[in-house]
Amino acid sequence: MTTTRSEVDFEETARVPGAPLLEVDDLFVEFRTRDGVAKVLNGVSYRVEPGETLAVLGESGSGKSVTAQTIMGILDMPPGVITGGEIRFHGENLLKASSRRRREVRGSGIAMIFQDALSALNPVFTVGFQIEEQLRLRKGMSRKDARKRAIELLDQVKIPNSKGRVRQYPHEFSGGMRQRAMIAMSLALDPEMLIADEPTTALDVTVQAQIMDLLKDIQVERNMGLILITHDLGVVAEVADRIAVMYAGRIVEQSHARDLYRKPGHPYTQGLLDSLPRLDLKGTELRTIKGLPPSLLNIPQGCPFNPRCPRVQDICKTEVPPQHRLAPGRLSACHFAEELISGD
Amino acid sequence: MGRYVLRRLLQLIPVFIGTTFLIYWLVWSLPGDAFAGKCGDRPCPDAYVQAMMDKFNLGDPLIVQYGKYMLNVLQGNFGETFRGLDVGELIGEAYPNTIRLALVALAIEAVIGLAAGVLTGLRGRGFLDNLVLVSTLFLISLPVFVTGFVLQITLGFELKWIKTTVSASPAPWEHLIVPGFVLGSLSMAYVTRLTRTSIAENKRADYVRTATAKGLRQRRVVGVHLLRNSAIPVVTFLGTDLGALMGGAIVTEGIFDIKGIGSLVYDGIIGKEGVTVTGVVTLLVMVYLLSNLLVDLLYAVLDPRIRYD
Repeated sequence: MTTTRSEVDFEETARVPGAPLLEVDDLFVEFRTRDGVAKVLNGVSYRVEPGETLAVLGESGSGKSVTAQTIMGILDMPPGVITGGEIRFHGENLLKASSRRRREVRGSGIAMIFQDALSALNPVFTVGFQIEEQLRLRKGMSRKDARKRAIELLDQVKIPNSKGRVRQYPHEFSGGMRQRAMIAMSLALDPEMLIADEPTTALDVTVQAQIMDLLKDIQVERNMGLILITHDLGVVAEVADRIAVMYAGRIVEQSHARDLYRKPGHPYTQGLLDSLPRLDLKGTELRTIKGLPPSLLNIPQGCPFNPRCPRVQDICKTEVPPQHRLAPGRLSACHFAEELISGD
Repeated sequence: MGRYVLRRLLQLIPVFIGTTFLIYWLVWSLPGDAFAGKCGDRPCPDAYVQAMMDKFNLGDPLIVQYGKYMLNVLQGNFGETFRGLDVGELIGEAYPNTIRLALVALAIEAVIGLAAGVLTGLRGRGFLDNLVLVSTLFLISLPVFVTGFVLQITLGFELKWIKTTVSASPAPWEHLIVPGFVLGSLSMAYVTRLTRTSIAENKRADYVRTATAKGLRQRRVVGVHLLRNSAIPVVTFLGTDLGALMGGAIVTEGIFDIKGIGSLVYDGIIGKEGVTVTGVVTLLVMVYLLSNLLVDLLYAVLDPRIRYD
């Protein structure tokens, strides 16, 4: 009974026609640890449409991966607790859905690839087995058909000699090939939405570019929504349609990619852009954002960025800045957002 | 793989020669007269002693004795006891009982140990975890003869649920359950703890998260992805333990009067039957060495990252 179950009922469930592909709405997550309550997400909202790439940008600990894990329902609970908000997939609130329904969405609705493909793939099973497993168990395919499909998928992610590779173990793959295999695995159930959690961080630069190109190609071909989680502004510039910048569990700026690079609407974004090494400034000291991200156990009063902000005013220390709408599709959580983009 | 096995088998030769020689030497240099008490109340007549000395080559230098003995063993002839019983036959009668007892003990270890380990490893801290930790600690610290006698007295003599001794040969499986539990209890505790740690360590592994993200059922994530990885150290332990169990259990076999290899060795030592002791131990050395080789090969099957060529 456990091996096959058709996915027919999946198509008929509570989808709201016309609703966005994926909407994260005012999401709050806490980690309740022995040291206290870490407020990891503090009202995160974003949406992704089919064929669109949203880059989620931020330092380590800013909450970008936790948001993704909450969407997938693979957050470790405990210590994680979802204290508020909704995640809507085609308008259906996944946080209210049954665990069975959530499982159905995983892989076929929303799929995910991880940073370190070596540890994310199971070391004791062949790459083929790990791709075929989903096809056999979720789609009821026979072993033979699943193997054929797995080889096709490996071809799609441009792994040479896919017929031989399908029989190999993850450790027999190179870093780049492993990430390709991971991508092939995530595509097995034809997801409408793909979350890539720092997919290129563990790879060297030339391979990074190849993987990003591959992701972009696949996304266009399948008209998938793509959430690209990264801390690499260089990666983002090339592929993202929109960018959400996260800081201390909040989205501090959200914008079309071009606008954000042209005129950042938040001092933090400004700081990130300024800290990119630039050829025309060769020889001068590299600019950085002073200080460290705040402890999530003890987020500063007011704007969480205020202790590091070069433009800090009194109001920043007392009042949490609301999301200012600067233009259609452009938000900034800074008291002085308008000044930032209107000034020179 | 083939070359590795061949190399390992070749390595067995010096180990085999070394251990058997050591045993032979130790057994025949035990203090005391091997012929004392063999002829009733009087000392054995010189003619008898002389005949025995000739028959067992006891007049030769030790190394020559050993050489002659090994030549026979290699031809499958384990020799005779002083009383003229064929040692090969004695082993042939005793070994099935030991193997049965070993298999029962292994099954109990594996089933209970793995189940308790998986359960506590998955649940993490809590009542069940503490219960299992304390009870395994208790089992580990109890000597086998205590567990053996306590169970024999309570279950056998007082409650009369089991037969107090097995005696029959070949021993019936159902009579071996309690002795098997006694024999396996220590390793069962180890298996539990090993599994628990292994599961707890691996359950947060990235590949487990991936398996969940693929939309697999929890049962499959745990039963296939997590267990397959966590079982590697446990199976290795069980394999080595089987090798040890095959060596017979002098204490357990003694308590429940199981006519196994342990009793045979014990009687051999007490009766100064050098041929029996050497024969049995030689065989056990072989079994242990081969089972260790099997465990190493099994390791490569379980973990494809390990390659021997």
